[in-house]
Order: sequence, then structure tokens, then C-alpha cells
Amino acid sequence: MKMLRNLKSRLRIAAATAAILLGLAPASAQIGDADRGAEVYNKQCKSCHMLGEDARNRVGPHLNGLFGRKAASIEGYRYSKDMQRAGADGLVWQAEQLDVYVTKPQALVTGTRMSFRGIKDSEKRADLIAFLRAYSDSPQDIPEAAPTADPTEHDVDPAILAIVGDPEYGEYLSGECTTCHQASGADQGIPSITGWPQEDFVVVMQAYKSKARPHPVMRMIAGRLSDEEIAGLAAYFEGVE
Amino acid sequence: MKLNRRTFIGTAAAATAALYAPNVLSQAAGRVVVIGGGTGGATAARYLAKDSKGALDVTLIEPTRTYYTCFFSNLYIGGFRDFASIGHNYGKLVSEYGVNVVHDWATGVDRDAKTVALAGGGSVPYDRLVISPGIDFVDGAVPGWDLSAQNTMPHAYKAGSQTQLLKSQLESMPEGGVFAMVAPPNPFRCPPGPYERICMAAHLLKEKNPTAKIMVIDPKPKFSKQALFQEGWDTHYSGMIEWIGPDFGGDKVEVRPDSMEVVVDGEAMKVDACNVIPKQKAGRIAELAGVTNDAGWAPVVPATFQSKADENIHVLGDASQQGDMPKSGFSANSQAKVAANAIRGALTGSKVFPAKFANTCWSLIDTNDGVKVGASYEATEEKVAKTDGFISQTGEDAALRKQTYEESLGWYAGITTDMFG
Repeated sequence: MKMLRNLKSRLRIAAATAAILLGLAPASAQIGDADRGAEVYNKQCKSCHMLGEDARNRVGPHLNGLFGRKAASIEGYRYSKDMQRAGADGLVWQAEQLDVYVTKPQALVTGTRMSFRGIKDSEKRADLIAFLRAYSDSPQDIPEAAPTADPTEHDVDPAILAIVGDPEYGEYLSGECTTCHQASGADQGIPSITGWPQEDFVVVMQAYKSKARPHPVMRMIAGRLSDEEIAGLAAYFEGVE
Repeated sequence: MKLNRRTFIGTAAAATAALYAPNVLSQAAGRVVVIGGGTGGATAARYLAKDSKGALDVTLIEPTRTYYTCFFSNLYIGGFRDFASIGHNYGKLVSEYGVNVVHDWATGVDRDAKTVALAGGGSVPYDRLVISPGIDFVDGAVPGWDLSAQNTMPHAYKAGSQTQLLKSQLESMPEGGVFAMVAPPNPFRCPPGPYERICMAAHLLKEKNPTAKIMVIDPKPKFSKQALFQEGWDTHYSGMIEWIGPDFGGDKVEVRPDSMEVVVDGEAMKVDACNVIPKQKAGRIAELAGVTNDAGWAPVVPATFQSKADENIHVLGDASQQGDMPKSGFSANSQAKVAANAIRGALTGSKVFPAKFANTCWSLIDTNDGVKVGASYEATEEKVAKTDGFISQTGEDAALRKQTYEESLGWYAGITTDMFG
């Protein structure tokens, strides 16, 4: 996944640069191309694993609802001892685990009965994972369902770096904060974030970003802000009374 | 036919709001009309007016004068909020931001002439149109139920008198009576909504009518925050609630409003109160504007929420088909800011920033027992895609659950201020 991300972030930089030249907002990237993934599935997986309506277990277990599923948890399918142990140890199938498993199954679960040589091409794996993702819960219906795209890595994204220190941008970003934190500074249930010294604001946001502070909403929000964006917000909110 | 300015509500007040007052002589850089004064529409109108500082002429068309938020309407049912506390008006949008608020129904959109027709006569011209109409119900989705049955078996899925009716029906149930809910199929407004409502109904009944029973008849095999809700039902409302999924006929349901019966998989049961939440589609005006697909939703471009059928129209909130975001007030508020930024960019040349979206849904299980699920989203070429998220865990301690509930109160105050000023 790391490699996948590295490759994809390079592609994304190229795409973002092109987007800037065209004056377009950059787009985040889907996990992979599901249409190409369908071809991979049809060639390499389909003979053992069923998908979609009426899917049942064959040589391998069916792959509906795979994302977020605990390993070895389909009733009535005879898993290897090692796969059962992996499930008991807490292995849950998400894009990252699937990427490792599909690269070489025995690398993740030593005694797996899945006799498959693996897919070395990271892009093919990403495409396959994107294809399989469509057969699990949609986040629209079940908000806690697995993600369907990799987040933009803002710290390396020149599209974001290009707008460093833009106070207007800080104000725009603040719209995301004021859904919960009141612009008036009222602090019922949710703390006030107005009128803070910039430095304090930055330190706190960086602590959420590095996950040193525990609140899940703030970790998520801070986690996708670049250092420059955090600085912009700090500058904006310092001036809000 | 031009809209007569005298029909604008609060025009005099708008004229005194010099800072944001729209340029009534039409020297504005553009005219934006917003249909629907809910979360998406009110937020869009406020941000367009606020950030363009008078450069855009913003008109909001909304039939009701007091808007009751769907979010927290379950808390009213449970007795945690009074009804007035979930009602909001458009006064500040007029007086502080200079939005032209027109209390009327939009009855049609002429996309060639770029005008919106009003039920009260006349039409309003636009350069960009925002449609944020929320949901409507699909006819015949629950056999035996149509809108004419809503006074017997309320949907209570648009907040207001329907919510009051459902609460009064629950309160007047006989001792040991049965409350049934018919839950909707995906996708629908507020994925945890029906199940939070079950908690709130149970909370109400536990105090007034502890031997009452609650039945949830559900066509879906699973639902959002299921483990959290089911843990809460066991802990707080043991023995009261029965959930009937499709394995037990939850997908084969019919109702008989005249005899107050619910038929599950051929078996009729007499009930004392019944909440039917039917299958949903985009609010009717989206369909009339011709921006909906066969499934009844309006597909949009992920980065701007422009309709895929018409680049001069943006569709926000529940009515849009965008990808991974749940249909929720938080989502609509988030989408409205992205769309407002894009519209300003198109009409005034202001900077357009990358689209970022977020959502959090808080639910209340019982007194001081709050849970939440949230995620962040980004626009890809194909859709708005989920990139990260979190959810409350089962077995959390009481202090954390109380803190989560208090956080939801803060969020309510925050988002309603963000919508209405």
C-alpha cells in the first residue's frame, strides 16, 4: 500500500500540476480503476471466487461484503487453520490488507489454502481492489463503511502549496470549522476556536494531525490539512472576535 | 413577467443592511436563485451573500416561514428538545446578509430562459440556480400507504407537524400497546435516523408506558451504527424492541391505515401507532427541472455539485447523487460551501479552492448516551469518495458518551448559525 501510495502520489502530482496549468481544482484519486479491475478479476479470480447476486462459496469464499469483514468469518466455508487464527487475531479485510494478500497470499497468512501465485503489478492490484470494493457496503448508506479513495497527500501536493498563506483561503477553509465551532466564539459542548494566538492554534492542530491528541473528528479534520492550511486557519481565526 | 419587488419579504430590512445589500438595479455580477431553505439551500444562500459582499444578487425561495430541522427532531420525540427549539426563521438572512427571501413554492424551471416559476405567479430570472429541495416519497413503495395516509400513519421524515403528530400518537398509545416502524430501503435521508428514532420512542415509552412494544420492519439486512444501536437497545430498553430484517419478512410489508394494521410476510398485526418511512427520491422540483435520473436522484459533478444535465444548475443535499456522502444535514451544509465557492468563482471571478467535504452523524441512544460516525470525502473524477472516517465503539464509558452527546448540542448550535446566521 505504501508503494501504491507513493506511485499514486507521484501520478497525482503530475495530474495536479496539469490541473493548475488548466486552472482546475485537483482531484483526489480513486483506489484504482474498477473497469480494468473487472478484467483482472475475470482472468485471475473468478474461477474460485463468486461475486454479486446469488454468489455462494465455491473453491474460495464469495467476495460480497468483503471490506470490513473479519478474516475466516463466513459461516459454512471451510477455512485453513491459519486463516482462522488470523481472523481470531483480528485480521479485518480492508484495502491495505487485501493489497498485501493479493501480492502474495502466503506473505500475510502462511498456511492459507489459496494457491495463487499473486499479482506483482501494484496498479493491477489497485484496480482489482477498486473493482471488489463496489461489492461491499456503500458509505452513502452505511457511513462507517470502508473508504473508496486515498486521501490527497496535501503536504506534497503542489496544488495546495501554490496557495500558501492566502488569507482568503483560510477564510474559505474556516467554513468547515464553523459547521461545529461557532464563529461567535460560543463554546457550548464544542470549544471556541476564535481569538487564539496563532502559535497555540498551530500547536494544537499539529497535535491532532500527528494523532497525539485523541479526538477522532479533529484528527480526521487536521489530518487532511497541510501545514500551510493550518497556518492560514490560525491567522484567520486569530482575527475573529 | 418579472417578480414584483414588493412581494419580497423584508425588502425594507434588506435596504438597511448596507454592507451586504444586493444591488437592486441589477448591476450585480450575477443573479443566483436558491430553491429550498433547508440545510443546503440556507447555507448556500448565506455563504453566497456573505462572501460576495453584495456582488451577487441572491434570492432564496422557500414556502415555509419557520423551518424545522430534521436533525434533532428525534430528540423532540424523546423529550430532549422542545418543538420551538428546532424551529428557525430567515430573518437574519434578510437583515444581515441581504438575501431576498421569497416565501412561495417554485413550480417549474425554464432552463432555456433561465427562470424559475412561482406558484403565486411570476418568475425569477437566474444566472446560476441552486436546487436543494430535500426528499419526496416514491408512490406505492409501501403497499397500502400514500400521502393521504400520512395523518394516520405519519412519515415524520420532513420535520414539522408530522413530527408532532408522531409524538402525540406515541403518547396516546394504550398501556402495553404496539408501535411499528416501517424503515426505508437505501438510499435515504439520514442513515442512522430511523434507529435513533426507535431509541427516542423507547425512551418516551419507557417513562410513560413501560410495557409497550416496538417493532422495526426493515427491508435492509444491515444499517448504520447497527452494533451501537443494538447494544443500546439491550442495555437501556431490554425486551421492548424487536427488529425484523429481510430474513424474517421485513422486505415484504403492507400497511392498512384504516384498520391500523401492518402485514409482514402475509401476517396481519394490529398496531397502536405506526411510522411509515417510504422509499425516497429527490424533491419534486428537481424532477420538474429535468435534472433527475431514472432512480429519482440528481447526478452532479463531484467538484462543484453542478447538475450533469445543466451546468447552470447546482443540486445540493439529499436530492443529489454524488457518491459516498450520506444524505444528511451535515453533508448538505458541507456541499453548499463548496458549491457557493464554485458559483462565486464562475460569476465574479473569485478564487476557486479544492473541494473538501465532511460529515458527522451524532445519534442519541438514551440520556447522556451519544454516539457518532463521521468521514471526510474528496472529489474524484467519478464521484465524491470517502477517504477517511471514524465511528464510536461499543462498550465506551459513560463519560465519553456524555461528552459525545454534549458535542452534538454544540454542533446543533454551530450548524444552525452557519445556515441562518
